[in-house]
Amino acid sequence: MEGEKGTAADANARNTPLWPAGHLPLEGEMAGRPEGGAPLQKPHRKTNRRLFRAPSHLLHALTHAMEAEDLAGRDGLLQSLDPRAKLAGTLLLIIAATMLHSLIGLGLLFALAVVLALASHIPLTRLMKQVWLGVLAFTGVIALPSPFLVPGKVVAALPVLHWTITEQGLRSAGFLIGRAETAASFAALLVLTTSWPHVMKAMRSLGVPVAVVAVLGMTHRYIFVLMTTAAQMMEARRARQLGPLSPADQRRLIASSAGVLLGKTLAMAGDVHMAMIARGYRGEVRLIDDFRFRARDGVALFLAALVPATIFWMQR
Amino acid sequence: MHIPDGYLSPSTCAVTFAAAAPFWYIASRKVGRMLNTKAVPLISVVSAFCFTVMMFNLPLPGGTTGHAVGMGIAAIVLGPWAAMLAISIALLVQAVFFGDGGITAFGANALNMAIVGSLVAYGLYRLIAGTSPLTSGRRVVAGAIAGYAAINVSALMAAIEFGIQPLFFHDASGAPLYAPYPLSIAVPAMMLGHLTFAGLAELLITGGLVAYLQRYDADLLKATAPGAAAGVAVSWKATRRLWAGLAALMIASPLGLIAAGTAWGEWGVEAFQNPQTRAEIAAASHNIAPPEGVPAGLEKLSSFWTAPIPDYAPAFMHSHAFGYILSALIGGGLIILTFLALSALAGRVRRETPGAA
Repeated sequence: MEGEKGTAADANARNTPLWPAGHLPLEGEMAGRPEGGAPLQKPHRKTNRRLFRAPSHLLHALTHAMEAEDLAGRDGLLQSLDPRAKLAGTLLLIIAATMLHSLIGLGLLFALAVVLALASHIPLTRLMKQVWLGVLAFTGVIALPSPFLVPGKVVAALPVLHWTITEQGLRSAGFLIGRAETAASFAALLVLTTSWPHVMKAMRSLGVPVAVVAVLGMTHRYIFVLMTTAAQMMEARRARQLGPLSPADQRRLIASSAGVLLGKTLAMAGDVHMAMIARGYRGEVRLIDDFRFRARDGVALFLAALVPATIFWMQR
Repeated sequence: MHIPDGYLSPSTCAVTFAAAAPFWYIASRKVGRMLNTKAVPLISVVSAFCFTVMMFNLPLPGGTTGHAVGMGIAAIVLGPWAAMLAISIALLVQAVFFGDGGITAFGANALNMAIVGSLVAYGLYRLIAGTSPLTSGRRVVAGAIAGYAAINVSALMAAIEFGIQPLFFHDASGAPLYAPYPLSIAVPAMMLGHLTFAGLAELLITGGLVAYLQRYDADLLKATAPGAAAGVAVSWKATRRLWAGLAALMIASPLGLIAAGTAWGEWGVEAFQNPQTRAEIAAASHNIAPPEGVPAGLEKLSSFWTAPIPDYAPAFMHSHAFGYILSALIGGGLIILTFLALSALAGRVRRETPGAA
């Protein structure tokens, strides 16, 4: 029993790479082409629409799970810290980013994230692809109208449309993008330098109940199982299909696939429960806690706590 | 709808965490008591399901596609308490490991989608489905409406959370520190997408899933249908023509715009002050002239109640015809909901007093 949850959580690290390694149908294959290869056949215009998709950022995250293990194993600054200190420290820095009332301060905090990434041997191109561009695309679109819509001191006007740009609007857009980028960078640094089972186990140190940590570990594991099942179901359906499906049939297919998947999910919950009971589970969850908190972890956590404390003191 | 870090102030985040905490506590107590040792595996696997169902790409009318959040499905199959835990866990995994939604905004995201979404979906589903049989068409409609309403209420909550940021949080120059748009921009911008595409995706997948389960795995619907009548449902087929007739009447409601003049006796204070409408009143009343001044009682009581949608056309609606149809939909929907609530209440009273039936 002692190792029940620990084993389940640790299994993530071992099993996740199976998905992105190409053994299972991936996004590309769902659309009729193998990953990285030429199209098998020209898909029909109507069937070309992907019914099950793993969005690119998610697929990247899955592929990166394997690479993250590699990055987490490197000899860098953040890798050498205790996961509990790293998790608490990251959270403090993210809170600091949401507290700041100064654009210069946000810039400095972002620079800190960049320095930490370099000190941990995380390539900046990696952060750019995984975090910065994605956040800029999403938050940038939301912040774009802000210079025109937020009232304040007019600093410029668009030549033809005569829309006025305000200083307050520009600052506001800067705050939104700066905060989102900085917070997302710190969150990514945590996940890239810590194996996922360790992040979950470290959550206990923040007072997250042990049952929640166990559920998180199992959820994380079964996401890959269910995504694999869903992808296989869709491929099996495609293999038995001649000609295009009408949109109404596609909707029916999606609803029934979700229904089948739900049935499988609940059956699996029963199986997993019985397996747990068979191995001595009586409703109490215990995790193996093999972390060691050293002096350098204490220093790192103190420095991380100093940032929001200083901001709080200066903005009083 | 996943709010990232940096859009909400730390105090808003703290308030949303505080608001979500009691729900999480009650839900974990209830689910733990109900499921005992099965709680951990069930919640884990259903969280993973909620995550996976968001990957299903649904073709929508008009050539676009959307994906469902799945809060309606979880609430209908598991009930609101287990659903709010499962969706919260799915959101936490998304925030921490996939960067979808912020870590400081997790409380807000969980409150909007997991807690309020599940409660709205479950409440509406139970209300509309009533005691209809498990295989009744009414349950499909109930599921669809529950999914549609749940995602829209969640979106509205998120929009309000965004919209109050510029009211409270500015820097020294007056620049908003967090989400910069006031409620008047945030609410329409957010609701436009959710009332249409996102809502439609949730509607189709929740309704479709209920229909699928009715046919192949009706047992899964039993948990949230305690009073479901036994036997095969006929209600939808029997009343289908009546519903079609009601829909036709709603669509035809702008015909009311063709009618000339004002309805006799439905005059307002302005009608007595305007010479042209005074003449119309006199002509319609066998040339008996209306009183010189506005009747004192009318003047006093006219300000007592102001209708939310005056003259069947909301203030923001430029098309009168569309305003009439919208008013017909809202009015008809409210009447149907009232009767459903009354019949549910009556059913409960009847069950509690068996001798009366």
